Amino acid sequence: MSVDQATVRRVAKLARIKVKEENVERLAGELNSILHWIEQLNEVDVEGIEPMTAVVTVKMKKRKDIVTDGNNPHDVVENAPAAEDDYFLVPKVIE
Amino acid sequence: MNDLTSLTIATAREGLRKKKFSAVELTEAYIAAVEKARVLNAYIVETPDKARAMAKASDVKLAKGEGGALEGIPLGIKDLYATKGVHTQACSHILDGFKPTYESTVTENLWREGAVMLGKLNMDEFAMGSSNETSYYGNVINPWRRKNSNAALVPGGSSGGSASAVAAHICAAATATDTGGSIRQPAAFTGTVGIKPTYGRCSRWGIVAFASSLDQAGPIARDVRDAAIMLKSMASVDPKDTTSVDLPVPDYENAIGKSIKGLRIGIPKEYRADGMSSEIEALWDKGAQWLKEQGAEIVEISLPHTKYALPAYYIVAPAEASSNLARYDGVRYGLRVPGDDIVDMYENSRAAGFGPEVQRRILIGTYVLSAGYYDAYYVRAQKIRTLIKRDFELAWDKVDVVLTPATPSPAFAPGEISDPVQMYLNDIFTVTVNMAGLPGIAVPAGISKDGLPLGLQLIGKAFDEETLFTAAAAIEQVAGGYQAPKWW
Repeated sequence: MSVDQATVRRVAKLARIKVKEENVERLAGELNSILHWIEQLNEVDVEGIEPMTAVVTVKMKKRKDIVTDGNNPHDVVENAPAAEDDYFLVPKVIE
Repeated sequence: MNDLTSLTIATAREGLRKKKFSAVELTEAYIAAVEKARVLNAYIVETPDKARAMAKASDVKLAKGEGGALEGIPLGIKDLYATKGVHTQACSHILDGFKPTYESTVTENLWREGAVMLGKLNMDEFAMGSSNETSYYGNVINPWRRKNSNAALVPGGSSGGSASAVAAHICAAATATDTGGSIRQPAAFTGTVGIKPTYGRCSRWGIVAFASSLDQAGPIARDVRDAAIMLKSMASVDPKDTTSVDLPVPDYENAIGKSIKGLRIGIPKEYRADGMSSEIEALWDKGAQWLKEQGAEIVEISLPHTKYALPAYYIVAPAEASSNLARYDGVRYGLRVPGDDIVDMYENSRAAGFGPEVQRRILIGTYVLSAGYYDAYYVRAQKIRTLIKRDFELAWDKVDVVLTPATPSPAFAPGEISDPVQMYLNDIFTVTVNMAGLPGIAVPAGISKDGLPLGLQLIGKAFDEETLFTAAAAIEQVAGGYQAPKWW
């Protein structure tokens, strides 16, 4: 599988990273070189092998369904680049 | 006064308890040493006032005989750990100005035991790198230099600031994290000891996430005993991290000095990779010989899927990173770069905030997770992970611990490796351990022909860190310690 320049633009859009047009070709080259190296995994027979989902087999822990934290809206927005009255401020989304 | 910084944690602890010096005196000695070593760029934020206040509180406790396990011991903290009210940016521009309103569980554990914070340590941006060249705050310099040379070398990465600071004696020990080798490779490059414990041993809560199924906290310290002291205090089960494991934390120090008679040491033949330098091969053989002379049994083993660990890692880690780093949107914290609309604002913020290596990995991760590719890449990589884990499970029938080199080479110069894949190969000996979730320790074992430290790695069974400390101490006992000549 080879990544062309259109794919780089599409993936960058999905990742919400603005890529300058002059960097698209370089990025395509870099991604291809990494993906080409990864392709050696196709040699491995994975027939019937389960994908690993946990490093250590333990029973999934469950918390009690109770409030343990909260009531601190100011802490939540403390680091926001723009906030007002404990709300995050974003550019207008709905006309 | 400055010789106080030459003490290990174990000896400083003794001196503090016997009141040979105070925690404030010890901390002042470190604050002065940190200032003098700024050329290394190991600290990105120094917190001397906080350190003094913490040391003062430690002296009060020590006077009452109430000190914790790390009472009055000055530490450096990797910038990946959330520290309340103190700069926490994973050395990225995208977290510009971020000061958490909470504390990570691991650092909270350390402060509870009385440790003193000297400041935040430099690292590769979001822990993505093997040379500490991707930090927004610039390269870290290794205190070690080649024989007859003044040229700067990298300290390894991503915990490059931690390793450099420990090697330069500008903290007693440091916290670090390891996703593919980020504790063990920099420890090997700086002649220090670094342990990545079993996945789940330390809480990940409050540590900026990179690849959640691989990330694990651990210490970098001057010797094996100090690493054991640090890990004991860092490890805990935590209700805030459901992957942290509810097993008692042993007193790891007790494992040091135990006999290794009859211990079965595995030498995996697949690690004799093509092009392994004769220097590294000789170091490995020497390490095995040392263990054998102390009564261990050397057994050749096979870990057939070793060569696939690194390429599989470069699917799993970027995939998880692309998901974890989606939260940096210019809305909730950090950098915001305005745009024409909200999507434009997201794209501008992320383009300006993430460095080139982080962007590369987010793009790879987004690609391998995108529609139509998920099974071919991510699911296949997770299946290969199962095979890698199985290789080790079969090996544990024959051996108790596995011995390998820690890195394929000693430290290199900044700019020497520019190809991403070549840089990734630095983790070739360490990454299998993360993929299988096992513990691994890097211990200094020799000096290269250029005069640089070289390390060996020991890999253990899940939650058998104690055997790693025992075997690493056996190597250390013969190899001795290595100290960078002070030039700064």
